[in-house]
Amino acid sequence: MAVAGSAVGLGNFLRFPGLAAQYGGGAFMLAYAISFLIIGLPIGWAEWAMGRYAGSRGYNSAPGAFAAILNKPWAKYVGIIGVIVPVVIYMYYVFIESWCLGYAVKFWTGGIHLTNAESAVAMFKSMSGQVGNGSALDFSWDTALPWLLIVFVFNFWLIYRGLSGGIEKMCNYGMPLLIVLALVVLARVLSLGAPDASKPHDNVVNGLGYMWNPSKVQVEKVKPTPGEKALVRELVGAAAIAEAEKEIAASGGALKLVTITPWQQLKNPLLWMAAAAQIFFSLSVGFGVIIVYASYLGKKDDVVLSGLTASSANELCEVALGGLITVPAAVTFLGLASVAGQQTFGLGFTVLPLVFAKMPLGAFFGGAFFFMLFLAAVTSSISMLQPGIAFIEEVMNVGRKVSVTILGLLTTLGIIFVVYFTQDLKALDTLDFWVGTFLIFILATVQIIVFGWHWGVKRGFEEAHQGASIRIPAFFGIIMKWICPTFLLLIFALTVLTSLFGFDLTTFKFGSASSYVIDLFGGVKDGKALATNQAAQLSVALVVIIFIFFSLLSSRSKAYKRAEKGLPKHD
Amino acid sequence: MLFSVGTVVTLFSWCIFKVLTTPQEADHLHAVELHTPDMDQPE
Repeated sequence: MAVAGSAVGLGNFLRFPGLAAQYGGGAFMLAYAISFLIIGLPIGWAEWAMGRYAGSRGYNSAPGAFAAILNKPWAKYVGIIGVIVPVVIYMYYVFIESWCLGYAVKFWTGGIHLTNAESAVAMFKSMSGQVGNGSALDFSWDTALPWLLIVFVFNFWLIYRGLSGGIEKMCNYGMPLLIVLALVVLARVLSLGAPDASKPHDNVVNGLGYMWNPSKVQVEKVKPTPGEKALVRELVGAAAIAEAEKEIAASGGALKLVTITPWQQLKNPLLWMAAAAQIFFSLSVGFGVIIVYASYLGKKDDVVLSGLTASSANELCEVALGGLITVPAAVTFLGLASVAGQQTFGLGFTVLPLVFAKMPLGAFFGGAFFFMLFLAAVTSSISMLQPGIAFIEEVMNVGRKVSVTILGLLTTLGIIFVVYFTQDLKALDTLDFWVGTFLIFILATVQIIVFGWHWGVKRGFEEAHQGASIRIPAFFGIIMKWICPTFLLLIFALTVLTSLFGFDLTTFKFGSASSYVIDLFGGVKDGKALATNQAAQLSVALVVIIFIFFSLLSSRSKAYKRAEKGLPKHD
Repeated sequence: MLFSVGTVVTLFSWCIFKVLTTPQEADHLHAVELHTPDMDQPE
């Protein structure tokens, strides 16, 4: 129960559907399933085994683990990524956590009266402060600030007083309840039909089609004017396609019907990176979290079945519940055209309240659902602090309370930063990409290379199999040594070249860079010159400053000097 | 859709079965457990 409970979080019900919608549903699901098998499971096992080994040598942080395994001075700096990732993600995760609490209380106190999709979008924009920078800091029950203060104090009170085990026990009962509630919501979503009679194509069957069909059919302009998008709209369902064919025939050659195959969509390396990063995010793999918690385990503990059970429970919630609820409901209420343009975390906060508005006892169920999500998020956010706490304890040789205080100050500054720059959620979105996607990807790649090549599969399996009741299937040896690292390095190189910097592999010329790069350096997109974005630049600067700070701490650490010499932390 | 959902349900069910049928397995199974040993050490 505890293993399954710990696997459930905001990633399942909010981040996963948001990404699936952004990257076109079905093709994303293909990349996601492949990533789970050849990346998520093997790197998860590698991380559990490496963490437990480091713990047996007395090291409980990611830099300590890397130094203890690689015995090189530079190893600790690579391991710092495993501290930065959870600490920075915590800075925006608590912000999202506060929205969950705010929504739960507003549902239960009758403060949510939604009439249409526009009112749901307006409520979310008010809560998340997207009206403008600084607007989330207005003290009102409609904004995030009061909820954020409660969440922040609650998290640190639990950690400082060492009470986080209590909330964990609460979640052992809360998470199964969340799954039951999700099943109730799922039943309602699947029976929604087409809620707006004037838009019959916006129905749940087409929503399921969008989420799960790998092929896409869309209407495009034959000759779009410069700067104009060719895409008119996407189609799902035979009726919509038949209607579009009539429209195209009447357009006099101005419009055409285009079918995009799964292969065409899977050629986008950014889709693969997003799918892999979502696996990492929701399984907490490559996150710097598992390696720390595994370091507290002993040789009799079963890391193989633990890893598999946690992963399968997570996938059950993500695929069977998150995948069937949010995106189909989004297509039903917002329409296909609006779904792809939604922010990663925003989709669930916009769409789910609309589902509850259409349910009997919707206020009760809505409040309960968001409160359970809040509880799941509390356990996840507390687990994100432990890598930072263990790191400060180790490098500064201080006790837990001092470590919590230092980390509390650091994360407070980061949270204020994220909560101030809320225009279009730019700070949150930038950090989620560069840290929650890019850095996680790098750390996971390094981990599997260390496991497969530095340790070697034979020794790696020996470490993992200690205390295990099941064996890792032998073919995973080939995956962990060859397929997984090659796949990750290839996706990384292609994403940086083609998706981030716009390099065309057929013409060997640079085109439009990704918006994440343009935000940092400026550039040209669709013929328009785009300026840099200050919030995005400051977000990346924040990550760099934290990296420098952690590096300075690590460079003076006596514990890591012992690890580099192959010595345990204590004689 | 049915294949994906069926696969994850089967995988999770098998894990539960394995945990319940292996003697004392529940004692050796661990997740990300929030109560860590450093909480019990004196400051």
